[in-house]
Parts: sequence; structure tokens; C-alpha cells
Amino acid sequence: MAQRNDELRDNAPSGPIETAWDRHRFDMKLVNPANKRKFDVIVVGTGLAGGAAAATLGELGYNVKAFCYQDSPRRAHSIAAQGGINAAKNYQGDGDSIYRLFYDTVKGGDYRSRERNVYRLAQISVDIIDQCAAQGVPFAREYGGTLTNRSFGGAQVSRTFYARGQTGQQLLLGAYQALERQINAGTVKMYPRTEMLELIVVDGRARGIVTRDMVTGKVEAHLAHAVILGTGGYGNVFYLSTNAKGCNVTASWRAHRKGAFFANPCYTQIHPTCIPVSGDHQSKLTLMSESLRNDGRVWVPKKKEDTGKKPSQIPEADRDYYLERKYPAFGNLVPRDIASRNAKDVCDEGRGVGPGGLGVYLDFADAIERLGKKAIEERYGNLFEMYERITDEDPYEVPMRIYPAVHYTMGGLWVDYNLMSNLPGLFVIGEANFSDHGANRLGASALMQGLADGYFVVPYTLGNYLWSERTDQKPVAADHPEVKKAVADVEARTTKLLSINGKRSVDSFHRELGKLMWDKCGMARNEAGLKEALARIPALRAEFWENLRVPGTGAELNQSLEKAGRVADFLELAELFAKDALHRRESAGGHFREESQTPEGEALRDDENFSYVAAWEFNGVGEEPTLHKEQLDFEYVKLTQRSYK
Amino acid sequence: MRLTLNVWRQKGPSDKGGFEKHSLSDVSPDSSFLEMLDVLNEQLIEQGKEPIAFDHDCREGICGTCGMVINGMAHGPQQLTTTCQLHMRKFKDGDEIWIEPWRAKAFPVLKDLVVDRGSFDRIIQAGGYISVNTGSAPDANEILVPKTEADRAMDAAACIGCGACVAACPNASAMLFTSAKIAHLGLVPQGQPERYSRARNMVAQMDAEGFGGCTNHGECEAVCPKGITLENIARMNRDFVKGMFIARQEPKAQA
Ligand SMILES: Cc1cc2nc3c(=O)[nH]c(=O)nc-3n(C[C@H](O)[C@H](O)[C@H](O)COP(=O)(O)OP(=O)(O)OC[C@H]3O[C@@H](n4cnc5c(N)ncnc54)[C@H](O)[C@@H]3O)c2cc1C
Ligand code: SF4
Ligand code: FES
Repeated sequence: MAQRNDELRDNAPSGPIETAWDRHRFDMKLVNPANKRKFDVIVVGTGLAGGAAAATLGELGYNVKAFCYQDSPRRAHSIAAQGGINAAKNYQGDGDSIYRLFYDTVKGGDYRSRERNVYRLAQISVDIIDQCAAQGVPFAREYGGTLTNRSFGGAQVSRTFYARGQTGQQLLLGAYQALERQINAGTVKMYPRTEMLELIVVDGRARGIVTRDMVTGKVEAHLAHAVILGTGGYGNVFYLSTNAKGCNVTASWRAHRKGAFFANPCYTQIHPTCIPVSGDHQSKLTLMSESLRNDGRVWVPKKKEDTGKKPSQIPEADRDYYLERKYPAFGNLVPRDIASRNAKDVCDEGRGVGPGGLGVYLDFADAIERLGKKAIEERYGNLFEMYERITDEDPYEVPMRIYPAVHYTMGGLWVDYNLMSNLPGLFVIGEANFSDHGANRLGASALMQGLADGYFVVPYTLGNYLWSERTDQKPVAADHPEVKKAVADVEARTTKLLSINGKRSVDSFHRELGKLMWDKCGMARNEAGLKEALARIPALRAEFWENLRVPGTGAELNQSLEKAGRVADFLELAELFAKDALHRRESAGGHFREESQTPEGEALRDDENFSYVAAWEFNGVGEEPTLHKEQLDFEYVKLTQRSYK
Repeated sequence: MRLTLNVWRQKGPSDKGGFEKHSLSDVSPDSSFLEMLDVLNEQLIEQGKEPIAFDHDCREGICGTCGMVINGMAHGPQQLTTTCQLHMRKFKDGDEIWIEPWRAKAFPVLKDLVVDRGSFDRIIQAGGYISVNTGSAPDANEILVPKTEADRAMDAAACIGCGACVAACPNASAMLFTSAKIAHLGLVPQGQPERYSRARNMVAQMDAEGFGGCTNHGECEAVCPKGITLENIARMNRDFVKGMFIARQEPKAQA
């Protein structure tokens, strides 16, 4: 593996962490209002991160063009978030603070995130709640009218704000409405059903994108002074995940191919509470919010023989509440990676329940008895209904069955403290970047990060970049060779995908790739399996380019073509993913290497050798990527073996 | 399960379109309606034909992307359920199913079952927001919101913008959708300053988009997957009338 010594710099301010962001903001250049409208900014993705950024930049007076692949920005994947959003408001007076949220996040991430970013995130969290409440987001309230909170996995304080089981929906609608207001004001031009298929780089700077209109097929270049990607995560490399069907890595991957480093691709979060697979037709997996673990108790039968019995026939003494047993301090609220791995372990022991033995119970009987059915209905009504619609079982009567599923990707494009990638002018926000969650994200922290990046970080750092480096951003002509080449590349790829004329559908390739990733790069990974994946992925990719069948043409709405472009990029990402997982011989958070575990079977880090961010540079498809390291220093949080016992 | 499907096919906005018959065997009752269409599409691709275009994304009933008229009912036979959450166990072996796009002047068909709902976004653009710039908000607990009001606002805010209400209405009215947003924002204290102008502007945009009026059929409420109630329309009408009244009182210079 090629390795270079020049370490990546995070560009974070030094000095006391508590004042770092304030000092940084003071030091940054401001763009005066009259000059803002002279700058064109492209925002790709209008989920929480991109929507918040586009709206805020529009309010500030920049000329914004925003893009999404759905028919409306209101439908971004962020809409599906159920459980809530964290903030260090300490409204409950239960001992929360910015420092505690910071500490919990660094620890929860298994000490693989950048302290200064996380501290800033914890600081900004309080402003997010204020902003969203002012937009009219209907957060849950106490009878006295104040905001209420719940606790969430990996935390001992109650700091999660929520809007029934639809927090992501309500936060996204807040950002969407702010965005529509700017569209109405003329500061933002919105391009729905428009997919970014290439990044334009001129003189080493990100200066535009190439898009395809998904209705007419028109391929077009858009130029700007800076490009912001808020295009979400890449969990769909596993085919089955809780992500929306359209979630993809294409925008990030195209930027990676143009020089942006991809960081920690192997850090994936497997969510413990999803509805188990029901058959071969399965097209996606559905999450049951983790907030359910507040009141539900996880168990499996103690004895293998009991797995076929109805749960009601298994007496209390024959049930194993394994999380409560193994982790008395946190019980059912241990972090996600721990809950997931434990579910896998009991199923591997043959004690799993439901089809294929791939499920564990999440039981509400005690909570219903303690709090009454009405209280449970109030908290989780819509989740229970969704569960019943999908499984045909009533969770008020029989325990839910749950199993882990791919949910979130902590890895993503590498960014510095300013959320700028190593390519000047390319900013990356939300799930698409690698920044704040280290090797494992705590529940209710993705919404927080997406909105922090979009509303409160990138509007400052982008302004600083635009103004301090304005003389280097010469106008780019529409017929600049780099622009023409990028457009030609997109057209050639489309033509190629349509002309292979093989035998297999896109979905069949995607399913096969997904299964391979789940088996070899899923909840537990080992050297032999990763090497096998690395042998099989290129072969599958080669077959894809020889045997794919995409009906229809490029000059129309063509969903097979859209999927083909995305799967082509997943097939390249998958290889980097496996490489990264193989090179990281330690376990950390969501990355569990079987070779590196404690005697109790917990993830064992190797701080001496792996306390760094792995940022990979693209050198061509199938070529060895170059590894760049950003060393992680911990000045505030003491590195310990995580313990939730 | 074995099924006979009559699916609407239409090449583009200007094509006339028509039904196409397909049969499927071996459909799992545990699969969702869209997973059943996935199976059909795989079959079509195998036969060298073009798959059926339909919109979807989350497949969890929350993004509002999916939507088709199934046997004459928007989102199909199950109440409070989007197409993606409808499961095949709600049908019987041997059933014949008719599948069509939303049909409304303000929702032109783009291809097969895919329609253009941009008109909904433009209704929101006309005033479906609270005008507050990033960074200018007071502490969230400074404005108290009674729990009952917050809950009612949440009920209205649950609208997913799917458009089933329009598809089900004999007049293709968008009143349920529009009123849900007006009610959500009109119920919280933060939304009061713009309450009446918001109602006025959003209703004007709704009319401009070519949606029909409401003649109290109640079909919208019956098909709405999120249980948005007709009460919201009554509320919208009140706010709209007041909005018109205030507009008349305002000096012309401000209009
Ligand atoms: C089921 C579920 C529940 C969750 N619950 C919670 C929770 O309770 N709390 C929490 O904190 N987090 C939760 N998460 C995680 C969280 O929702 C996401 O991480 C977060 O919303 C991502 O936001 P984003 O803005 O980065 O990306 P997204 O919301 O995914 O938005 C991506 C945007 O990019 C656009 N896009 C993508 N590719 C392209 C392209 N090539 N061209 C043009 N546009 C493109 C899309 O159209 C979209 O607008 C949950 C996730 C899931 C799956
Ligand atoms: S009111 Fe109901 S049917 Fe109409 S768009 Fe909203 S959720 Fe859909
Ligand atoms: S696909 Fe999202 S609501 Fe049906």
C-alpha cells in the first residue's frame, strides 16, 4: 500500500478548546453585503445539511443554485429520521453541559474523531434548537409549554428533543420552508430532479458541477465560485439498508475521483433496532427508532429449543435480557454498535427468533404495565403502527422482533475544521463528510451535525474562503477545456451504460454487491473475508461493465439509467471500503475486526498504531490508492477502553 | 399469489397513454406494493422491455414521494397508508389490479406513473414558512407553547405532501394540503405575525396553479395517509377571509 509522510492538517485553531470557534470566527474574513451577490455558490443536496446551508446562504445574499434528485427538496432522506436531535440545553437540569455532550460524542465515537470539531458541534447544538423552534418546528412540549426531552442510546442525560416519531421530517420541513422562502425571494434557484454526475475542477479548485436533468436527460455544466456537497451517506452500498432507495455515493465519489480524499470509508453504523428481513423481495429495511430502547426490553430465549415457541409461552426465568445482564449501568441503552453486535452474537449462538433465526425481541409488556398503554401510544404510536403494517403483528400484544441493519456511514469525504475538503472550494457537510462521529455515531447526533454544518458553520467558513482567496478565483469560461471535458465524460458514460446491452439488470448487480458487503464487510470483519471481498468486487465490477442491461434511452426519464450510474460508483467505492477495513487492523466503534477484541468480546482499539483518520487519494479504478493520515490528538478527553458496564 | 395487473403506461407529458396488462405469479404476501412492482419490472427488463416508471424513495411512508391510484383509490385500499407501506397481504390470490397515476391538471404526468408536483412547492413558496433568518432566534424556551396547541400543530404538520388528496378529489382541489400547512404555522405563537397574509398568499397561489375548489366531498380526508382532517380547511377559510379583510384595510402604498 502506497504511503506518504505528509500529514493532513485539520486547520483547527489552537489554544483553549472552549473559545476556539469564537476566536476562529473573529479571525475569519467577512464578505460585505454588497459583495455577496457577486459570488455564485452551488449546493448539491437539500437534506438537512444542504437545505439549511442553501437557505442561510440565500438569506446572507449569495447567489445560490441548489440541486436534489427528488421531485422536491422536502423529500430528502433526512425526512425519515424518527428519534430526535441532541442539544446541550440542560433544560432538564440533569447535569448536561456542552462539555458533557462533547465528551459523550468523542467517547461514543470510540476516540476516532477530531476533538475541536466535536466541541464546536456541542456548542452549536443549543442554537439549533432555538432556530428550529423559531421556524415553528412542533417539538414535543410539557404541559407548562416548555420543551421536553428524552434520553437516547449512549447517554445518561435526557438531551434529545423530538417531534413525535417524526423529528427528521419536522426539522427538514423547517429547513425546506426556509429554503422555499429564499427561492421566492430569488436568492436561491432550485433544480429538483437534477442529478450531479461530475465535479468541475479548474486550476486545482472546485468550480462547478455537471448535472443530468432526470426528466429530459439534458446534460449541463453549472459554474460557481465554490461547491458545497450535502449529498448524504453511502449506506446503500449494502443494497439493503435503512436509507432511502435513491441514497447514493455518486456526488462524493465523483469528487473523490477528481482529487478529494475519502476518509474512513469502513466506518459504518449498523443500527440495532430494525425490522428483520422477510424474504427475497426485500428492497429496503425499516428502522424502528432507537428511542424504543428507552421503554422496550431486549431479550432472547435462554435455551435454543425455545426459539420456536410463542414468546408468551416462555416464562420469565427462561428469558435472557442479555443487554441488562451484561451492561448493568446502561442496560438496553448501550451504544448502537454494542447493541448490534450482541444481537448478532445471540443469533449466531442459535438463540435468535423469527424467520431464519435472525431476530431478537424488543418487549414493551413491562412498560405498558408500568405506564399504561396510552402513554406508550403517545410516545411510539406511529412506530407501532408502522411495525404492524409491515409485519402484521401487533406490538402492544406481542414483542417486536428486531435485527440490526446498515443505517449510517461515519466515513465520507475528508474535510478540515472549515468543512473544506483538500480540494479548495469544495465544502462537504452533513453525512457526506467524515467529520464528527469518529468510528460510531451516537443516536440523535446526525440531525444535530447536519444542521450545525448547514446553518452555523459553512456560512462562515465559506465566506472566509470566498473573500480571502478571491483573487485566485478567476472567472471560468463556459467553454473552458475542463468544463467541456467534464460534460463530455458524463455523456460518454451515459452512452456506455446504455450500449452494453448485456443480460443482467442493475438491481441484480446491486443485490449481489450488497450481499457480498454484508457478509464480508458487515457487523464483524476479518482478514480472510476482506481479502475475499477484495478479490470478488473487481470481478463483479468487470461483469457489470460487460453484462449490464439498461433499457430505454438517455433523453428521457429513465430510472434504470439513474440506478446504473449509482451502482457503477458503488462498485468502485466498495473496493476502497474493503481496503480501508483491511488496513485498519484494530476494532473501533462500528468497525469490528475479529482479530482485535478484548477477552469479553468487546471492540479493542489500537491507539498506538491507528489513532488517525485514514484519508485515501484516488489513483485510478483498480489502482492502489494513496493513504494520507491525519493524526488525532486528544488534549481533553482521556483515551480509555469504552465501558458501558 | 397470482395477480393480473393493468398498469398505466405513458411515454411523456404529450403522449396519450393507456393501460397495459401483465400477469405475475409467485408474489409474496409479505412484500410491499412497490416490491411487487419491482418484481414486475425485473421481469420486464428480462424480456427486453422498458420497466414501469414510478416515484418512490423512503419506502417508509414518510417522504411522500410514492403515490398511485390503485383500483380507483389513491394509495390503495388500506386507510392511513401510503402506497409503499401497502402490503400484498391486503389483496387476494387471483386479484386483478388497476394502477394509474395521480390525475389532476396541476400534476402533469411525466412518464407512466410519475407526475410533476412542483405546484405544491410553489404553494409553499407563496408563504408556507415563518420568516426568521438563521441566527436571529431567541432561546427556545422563551416562547411557551401549550402542549395541546403543539400537539394540534404537529397533527397538521404531519402532511407528507404526497398529493393523494388532490388525486382523490373530484375537483382536484389542493385545499387539504394547503390548509395543513396554514394550520400548522397558524397554531404556534411563532407563526402569528404572518398568519393572515400567509393564508391569503398561499390560497392565491393554489388557485393560480389550477387546482379546483372545495365542494365538501371529503374524499381527500378519506385517502390521506397521515390523517389530516377537514377541520384544517375550515380553519384556512377563516384565516383567508380575515386575510382578505386585513388586505383591504391596509393603505394601498403597502400592498
Ligand atoms: C431511518 C433513519 C432514521 C434516522 N433517525 C435519526 C435520528 O433520530 N436522529 C439523528 O440524529 N439521525 C437520524 N438518522 C440519520 C440522519 O437522518 C441522516 O444522517 C441525516 O438526515 C443526513 O442528512 P444530510 O443532509 O446529510 O443528507 P440527506 O438527507 O440524505 O440528503 C441528501 C441530499 O442530497 C441529494 N443528492 C444525493 N445525491 C445527489 C446527486 N448525485 N445529485 C444531486 N443531489 C443529490 C438528495 O436529493 C438529498 O437532497 C436516521 C437515518 C435513517 C436512515
Ligand atoms: S394532506 Fe394528506 S393526502 Fe394531502 S398531501 Fe398531505 S399527506 Fe398527502
Ligand atoms: S416512498 Fe416515501 S412515502 Fe412512499
